[in-house]
Amino acid sequence: MNPALSEALAALPTLVRSHLLLSACAIALGILVGLPLAIWAAADGRARTPLLALAGLVQTVPALALLALFYPALLILGEATGLAVPALGFLPALIALSLYALLPILRNGVAAISGIAPSLIEAANGLGMTRRQRLTMVELPLGAPVILAGIRTAAVWTIGAATLATTVGQPSLGDLIFSGLQTENWVRVLVGCAAAAALALLVDGLLALVESGLARRRPLRVWAGAAATLALVGAALLPAGGAAPGGETVTIGAKNFSEQYILASAIERRLQAAGYRTRRRDNLGSTVAYQALAADDIQVYVDYGGTLWANILGRAEAPPPRQMRAILARQLDERDGVRLLGPLGFENAYALAMRRDRAEALGVSSLDDLARAAPRLRLGADLEFLTRPEWRSVRDAYGIAFAEQRSYSPTFMYRAIADGSADVITAFSSDGRIAALDLVLLADPRRALPSYEALVLVSPGRAGDSRFAEALAPLIGRIQVERMRRANLLVDRDSDKRTPLEAACLLDPFQAC
Amino acid sequence: MLKTINRLVEPDEGSVRLDGRDVRSLEAPALRRSIGYVFQDIGLFPHMSVADNVWIVPRLLGDRDGREGRVAELLDLVALPRDFAGRYPASLSGGQAQRVGVARALAAGPKLVLMDEPFGALDPVTRDALGRSWRGLHDRLGLTTIMVTHDLAEALLLADRIVVLIAGRIRADAAPAVLLRGSDDPEVAALVEVPRRQAARLAGLAGPA
Repeated sequence: MNPALSEALAALPTLVRSHLLLSACAIALGILVGLPLAIWAAADGRARTPLLALAGLVQTVPALALLALFYPALLILGEATGLAVPALGFLPALIALSLYALLPILRNGVAAISGIAPSLIEAANGLGMTRRQRLTMVELPLGAPVILAGIRTAAVWTIGAATLATTVGQPSLGDLIFSGLQTENWVRVLVGCAAAAALALLVDGLLALVESGLARRRPLRVWAGAAATLALVGAALLPAGGAAPGGETVTIGAKNFSEQYILASAIERRLQAAGYRTRRRDNLGSTVAYQALAADDIQVYVDYGGTLWANILGRAEAPPPRQMRAILARQLDERDGVRLLGPLGFENAYALAMRRDRAEALGVSSLDDLARAAPRLRLGADLEFLTRPEWRSVRDAYGIAFAEQRSYSPTFMYRAIADGSADVITAFSSDGRIAALDLVLLADPRRALPSYEALVLVSPGRAGDSRFAEALAPLIGRIQVERMRRANLLVDRDSDKRTPLEAACLLDPFQAC
Repeated sequence: MLKTINRLVEPDEGSVRLDGRDVRSLEAPALRRSIGYVFQDIGLFPHMSVADNVWIVPRLLGDRDGREGRVAELLDLVALPRDFAGRYPASLSGGQAQRVGVARALAAGPKLVLMDEPFGALDPVTRDALGRSWRGLHDRLGLTTIMVTHDLAEALLLADRIVVLIAGRIRADAAPAVLLRGSDDPEVAALVEVPRRQAARLAGLAGPA
């Protein structure tokens, strides 16, 4: 079988399980909150409009942004209350998805209850039902099909949106989709999408069975549908098979680009060889990754000197690599108890890059030259660069102003410079595509861009684990930039693509893959 | 007016007394369960079987004894076949549904039954049949019935006492025979005149044939 397909399929059971579990919890919470609110809103006309408006408002926030918002919100909550609120993973994903599930449940609930014929409400009152009896004996049973239709809608939405939970570090089928998109591994993307769609259709079908059973008063159908739905969720709750007893589980983080996946795979292989059980949290945002490490949500990941320098320490001036590393090691330890294990041996620095032919035609070889040509040129930046301190530092040091600036995901940024829709891009110095596309990196004589040494960081919880450090020691200082570029190109190139794991085997061939 | 008796509507002034007790001294749900109510829109619960509908008030009262037998008796009382117990309201005709409505009103053995234009939505034959069978039940069970109707013929034929309300005020309060003898109030007189004249014209139409 195609290695990309078999890798994707191997990851599927665990991901389906956690995807389903997350979705089920979010829908359950949505019902638990939404149904009482619907009952309240149906009974109280003054509450109805604001409640529905609020739920509708939540719905207009893009799901991705909603998920991302809960990360800082929970961090602040944790700091304010002094409680250990997990800001990453299950909790923020659960809250965001439940909020998302709320609208259809609330809206259908209100419609179901307030849509009941007034003559039946009058009869219920006239016969002497209390409000609670009217609710349980008349309104809820009669409204059940409509209420359930709302739950169905919520279920389909939630299962779809749960793919986005990946971005806050909660494993889901989105892991396959996001990493596949990053590395242009379409098999992975398709497997992830197909699995999420199949799951949504399955749950929708089962709930449709319950709904039709309720509408036509066929208790057997209701029970069959409900039992099958519960069985499905129950299967997700069973402990994962193949759990080797005794091994400690560590979680390896990765940001959302190929090099990170490859390095995480290399680290994972080393840790597995040392007897650790491993888990992955891929596609973490840049600051999210560090916060997750500091909070011990992940135990190890690779970050870059300049990124930590600017984003975590909030410093601008860029000292030489060795000095920066020493300061980082001390300050990250003091701040968060994070251990800087050491440099991998290459830099993945931000560098502005141009196509060789274009650079030569314009006579640009350094950022000083670029500043003169920039008013006629278009910059293609990655998604973060324009908001990062490095960009301000380059802009201010050289006085660069482009005719146009656009942000791309890394893959599309390289496409843009290849097809000429961008003249200058924010390349990464370890990127295999620099050689492949014949790009030149522009010199930085004023040292506006800091050093971006790849550094292995270990969480406070593992900082004192010497076996852990020893397991990773063979990687420290051993990965030269050429090797990293070759490994990156294997994953990023357009034809004969390899998976990050295969690239990791090339990068660190200590053990057969 | 009916709704002030079982406290679905609270009067602005005055009071309603049942057996000498102000209804406001009773819990509204308990009061309503003790009074039979037949609704204009019938109001059977579509998700419950006929038996469940009939038995709803005893169920609210926590009564479980002899449910099946008593539902059968109630169906007998309103002249419906006993096997209707398992059917659902959607499968009943309007007349059948209101017979179930009547059975429901009688299920907890009330002494007072309120009827809010109970037969208004039915065809004339069903309406007449149901009216007469209700009068029979009323006499047999020794009930007090307060029925609201816009049909004076129905009132004259069924009631022992008729109260004429025009624009919210009592304009007449008399036995049917007294009312038929005429009234000083021209509007009341006009009302009574309608069925009488209709009867005369019908007799005239039939006469020469």
